Amino acid sequence: MTLILTIDKLTMRFGGLTAIDAVSFDVRPSAITALIGPNGAGKTTLFNCVTGFYRPTQGSIRLDRGGNAIQLAGLPGHRIARLGVARTFQNIRLFAKMTVLENLLVAQHAELMRASMFSVAGILGLPRYRRAEVAAMDKARYWLDRVGLTGRANDAADTLPYGQQRRLEIVRAVCTSPRLLCLDEPAAGLNPRESADLAALIRSISAEQDLAVLLIEHDMSVVMEISDHIVVLDYGRKIAEGPPAAIRADRAVIAAYLGEPEDAVA
Amino acid sequence: MRSLSFPLSAFRDAAIAALLAAILGTPLIGVRLADQAGGETLITRWPDLLAAIALVFIGRLALALVDGGAVRVAAASMALFAAGAFFIPWPTQFLMIVAIGGAIAIALIAIRSWAGPRPVKVAVDAIKPVGRYLPWLLILFAVVLPMSPIGDRGTIDKATLILIYVLLGWGLNIVTGLAGLLDLGYVAFLAIGAYTTAILSNRFGLTFWECLPLAAIAASSAGILLGFPVLRLRGDYFAIVTLGFGEIIRIIANNWRSLTNGSQGMGNLPRPSFFGLADFTASPAPGHKSFSELFGTPPNPAQRVIFLYYVVLGLALAVNVFTLRIRRLPIGRMWEALREDEIAAQAIGIDRRRIKLAAFAIGAAWGGVAGAVFDARQGFVTPESFGFIESVMVTAIVVLGGMGSQLGIVLAAIIVAGLPEFFRDLVDYRQIAFGAAMIAIMRFRPGGLIANRQPTAVLK
Repeated sequence: MTLILTIDKLTMRFGGLTAIDAVSFDVRPSAITALIGPNGAGKTTLFNCVTGFYRPTQGSIRLDRGGNAIQLAGLPGHRIARLGVARTFQNIRLFAKMTVLENLLVAQHAELMRASMFSVAGILGLPRYRRAEVAAMDKARYWLDRVGLTGRANDAADTLPYGQQRRLEIVRAVCTSPRLLCLDEPAAGLNPRESADLAALIRSISAEQDLAVLLIEHDMSVVMEISDHIVVLDYGRKIAEGPPAAIRADRAVIAAYLGEPEDAVA
Repeated sequence: MRSLSFPLSAFRDAAIAALLAAILGTPLIGVRLADQAGGETLITRWPDLLAAIALVFIGRLALALVDGGAVRVAAASMALFAAGAFFIPWPTQFLMIVAIGGAIAIALIAIRSWAGPRPVKVAVDAIKPVGRYLPWLLILFAVVLPMSPIGDRGTIDKATLILIYVLLGWGLNIVTGLAGLLDLGYVAFLAIGAYTTAILSNRFGLTFWECLPLAAIAASSAGILLGFPVLRLRGDYFAIVTLGFGEIIRIIANNWRSLTNGSQGMGNLPRPSFFGLADFTASPAPGHKSFSELFGTPPNPAQRVIFLYYVVLGLALAVNVFTLRIRRLPIGRMWEALREDEIAAQAIGIDRRRIKLAAFAIGAAWGGVAGAVFDARQGFVTPESFGFIESVMVTAIVVLGGMGSQLGIVLAAIIVAGLPEFFRDLVDYRQIAFGAAMIAIMRFRPGGLIANRQPTAVLK
């Protein structure tokens, strides 16, 4: 089985501060890999390196693309996104004044731009572009149905309640047709019920689209339920890696992050 | 201070305001340093000052009456005053406009506090359907204007100027309204278009219709050249660099005498021919016909002005159709996405620099087109036409109109560029009017005159 993402001895320094220290791990295709650890462990920094917002100091990030390994470290962010790495943000970043539907349409710009022949066919209103736009609308409608937002399709994105904005940001990322989906704390600020729904959604998207997911999350109920593989960071170093059951029992992880189970304290 | 009972307290209030107006107004309005033959002299303008103080007193008194509950008295007296102000011999036209406008505003405030917001809502609801047809009404008005009795030569010329500002506003709208790039040097592209036309016609004898696309290409190339290094900057930094660019172009035009003839400017600029079929002169060039010969109409110098008006109207409408269409294309959506959130735009694979560069180049091209018609209207061009204040005007039109709204820009262009043309007296007060309009917009319509955004696609 080829790995979709191979991170090898990745290091990120900000001046004298080493935010990520020689971290290596792999992301398997159509599986959910969780990245956990205390605040400041370097999880989001690692995300920013993978998605091209930071240029890593050392190490390599290789994305598999049809058997070819592509080095992501150092590529600009939009190129990495075009290669099939989509992401969401810890504090939601939607196109606030654009409608819910437009948020999903703009995510499909690559296909539409090609169909519009860099706007020439679009300006002239040629059927070739019309067809592409209908296809894009259908795709958007499908994902809106999936997350229950069809009724709000024509409302500005910033008028949605918080939980719906989270879901919209996830399906916007999915609409870019990615091969790796990076979710930065998708359950932050959600109530337990919403978290459970979100976990089910992530699981089903991953299975249905054959999509690899890399997930940062503090909600352990979500992480333990849906992850196939967990990587634990602390102070920029990887301290453990393995399936959920093994991580839950790991002494180092309990000491650094999970804490003692309640019955042990009592 | 002893507290006074209601009607008296209102008078005291008004007296204090009038006193403040007198203190502030004496140096600002009362005396003025003027250049005259034989040196500078102080001119006094006591009637103006007295009128201003009286206006402050009356306005403040009416507002205090509204606050105190004497709403009907205030509304009735202000309505009377607004009507009567027509017949008072004001020292300047400006004071009359302030008096009438202020009185109407205060009367409306009084009616509102008396009858509640209901009548306002009823009035707004009554206007709403008109709003839907407003664009078509405006286009119809613009088309029939030259044939109507008010469409004399001077009016058409002023209307052409307003249309040039609409054209500029719509061009800048792509850059600032859609892509969210605050360009404070947009007039540079107008200047490049105007000078390209002037130089090509004077040196190489090209006609207006040949110069028009070349002006657009020249301005667009300049936009790409400037945009390439600059578009990595964000927000304020970008605004400052573009502001500098605008000044640089003007200074180059002023100093490169061998090319631009410096501050003396260039004359003898090309007027648009009737699509190459006929010229608008009594004595056409050899081999050409004059417009009146071609159509067998009596020769009339107004024909040239009216034709230019229709040319600019046609170009403006073409730009409008272009913008309305491109907004609905992926590139238009990407511009708006960049305006909303650059980071998120990058995360979905948008190449920020390329897409911004496209906006910059297209916006600049329309600025260049405006430059060519600017030449055709003026007949001459000097660097002075392209000062910073022109950039401010165009930016103000886009911001006041409501970022991204095509109709809002037309309304704002009529207010910002049109009113001072029709009321020459107002030109001196343009700066004050800008400030006042900006404050009023921020207070009452923070999103601009037309703030509602039309979605580019709707799910049915």
